Amino acid sequence: MSLPRAASLTLLALALAALVAPWPFTSPAVGERVVRLTARQFAFDPPQVEVAQGERVVLELTSADVVHGLYLDGYDIELKVDPGQRARASFIADQVGTFRMRCSVTCGPLHPFMIGELKVRPAGGGARILLGASLATLAGLVGLRDDDEALRD
Amino acid sequence: MKRSGTEGFELTARPWLRRLLVSRWPQWSLMAVALAFFAYVVLAGFFGTPVGNRNIAITLVWIAWWAALVLVLVPVGGRLWCSICPIPAPGEWLQRGGLMASDGRRTRGLKRRWPRRLRSLWLQNAGFLALALFSAVILTTPRVTAWVLLGLVLLAVAVSLVFERRAFCRYLCPVGGFIGIYALAAPLALRVRDPDVCRTHPTKDCYRGNAQGFGCPWMTYPGTLDRNADCGLCLECLRTCPLDNVTVVLQPLGADLGPRRGRPPLSIDEAYKGFILLAAALVYGAVMMGPWSALKDAAFQVGSGPWFLYAAGLLLLALLLLPGLYLLAAWIGDRLARRPAGGLRRGFLLAATGLIPLGLGGWIAFSLGFLFANGSYVLSTLSDPLGWGWDLLGTAGLAWRPALTGLVPALQGAALVAGLAWATRLTSRAFAETTESRRAALRRAAPVLLLQAALGAALMGVML
Ligand code: SF4
Ligand code: SF4
Ligand SMILES: [Cu+2]
Repeated sequence: MSLPRAASLTLLALALAALVAPWPFTSPAVGERVVRLTARQFAFDPPQVEVAQGERVVLELTSADVVHGLYLDGYDIELKVDPGQRARASFIADQVGTFRMRCSVTCGPLHPFMIGELKVRPAGGGARILLGASLATLAGLVGLRDDDEALRD
Repeated sequence: MKRSGTEGFELTARPWLRRLLVSRWPQWSLMAVALAFFAYVVLAGFFGTPVGNRNIAITLVWIAWWAALVLVLVPVGGRLWCSICPIPAPGEWLQRGGLMASDGRRTRGLKRRWPRRLRSLWLQNAGFLALALFSAVILTTPRVTAWVLLGLVLLAVAVSLVFERRAFCRYLCPVGGFIGIYALAAPLALRVRDPDVCRTHPTKDCYRGNAQGFGCPWMTYPGTLDRNADCGLCLECLRTCPLDNVTVVLQPLGADLGPRRGRPPLSIDEAYKGFILLAAALVYGAVMMGPWSALKDAAFQVGSGPWFLYAAGLLLLALLLLPGLYLLAAWIGDRLARRPAGGLRRGFLLAATGLIPLGLGGWIAFSLGFLFANGSYVLSTLSDPLGWGWDLLGTAGLAWRPALTGLVPALQGAALVAGLAWATRLTSRAFAETTESRRAALRRAAPVLLLQAALGAALMGVML
């Protein structure tokens, strides 16, 4: 493998890691966070929730209209709630990142898009994306030298 | 510099594969199966449950077919889907006067030539945008999906009766526009072995048709074909060429996205297709995968005030904002490079090169998220296609469950990173090959590369 290609592939891997790999700088928080969510067609309220890594999160779900569910990506947690009732689940937010909360009970036309977000800090959100995009651009530029060499040969 | 003629790995060098492709049976059978599914989907849309994710019209089209198209067929096979697409089939059979006619010397219909002024992607661009404004409704409402599909077939039949060949596919089909532009990134390609053989061949059977098959339905002359966008992989020229000069190859990555004889890889209508599709990827990502419910409601409530705002926003982004940003970046580059050859117009078109890998990466990331989150609906609706409580395969009761939620963000991230890196590479290469000096090329490209990185970051922010 040529040097530019190897460098380009390395940069690609780093870009991906910057975007999705577990963030190494953690300061595990302790404590409990009660997150109260109201589901209604077709949203969770509040739509975005942020907690700190290591916190014990208690999800409390109520519904304002019809039967809804909540499935939390990454943590594989599911709740179902009838209108006027309350459902609870608790877990330790040990994985860092942004996880979608999706309604898991068909509740109407926009049901597949009924999505909320749970962000577990320190996700470094903006910094990650900046770093990922820069590294990917760099990978493309470094790879270019490969074309030059191929042309010269 | 790119020229026509083959480079890369020749698939049709294998006699058995060549026979398989020349024969009409395999392709026709796949098309017939696709048409049967198509009819099934339209009927299900009209008579099945109005609940989208319980109706096979929605799950088969917008989850299974869409994912197959965006994740596999287009990135690898380019216009492969066009070669078995059921939408133009009835019209084409009418034109040819038979379900499996092969004599290209006899065709029916008025056979008008497609008006010269309309030989571009502008109608297709408008059609795609028109559908895009209603996509939240189309995607979730079986009856609307059925009407759209039926409408496309009827339009295709009407166009086939009035105009010659596949004018509908080439100039009107909104899906065809999506496939065509991203097919430029695909390795699978149909080309001629030796363009000189074509130049000196007087009868040009591939364009006119002969007893073995029809003249190019896509109104392309294979002898100079050098890019995937213009070829529907219908394989007719493989059948008609008496000199055995046509071949199917796997070409090197990005071969269609280099400058063509010193000209930018994309024309202005194609660049706009790229803007429209990139805008759609960003907006759909935000609407369908984001947590913003007001945006979702706006996209869904067609005709309401918020919907008009949403529609205006989408149009603005696709037609003014993105092209404007690219124009600005190209203008700055033009100044930095002290007005290089070709000027601003060429700089703008060169800058658009990266829209293809960047947009394709965005669409792949979007489709990955959608497929793995909602794929289980396909399985349950296979057993209960109309939402009437059937259980044909025993999968009707399958609970909805997103798959691989830990892995999907990594896959999406990989698609976006690869798309941005490839866009950077192709854009810089395009500038380098058409600008006098290395230094001028770099200055000319720098602002564009920066803009591309920012748009890549925007896609990452929306999808991840
Ligand atoms: S018939 Fe064959 S050789 Fe003749 S112009 Fe067409 S592809 Fe070329
Ligand atoms: S006839 Fe040949 S060039 Fe024309 S669309 Fe079919 S495969 Fe492509
Ligand atoms: Cu729901």
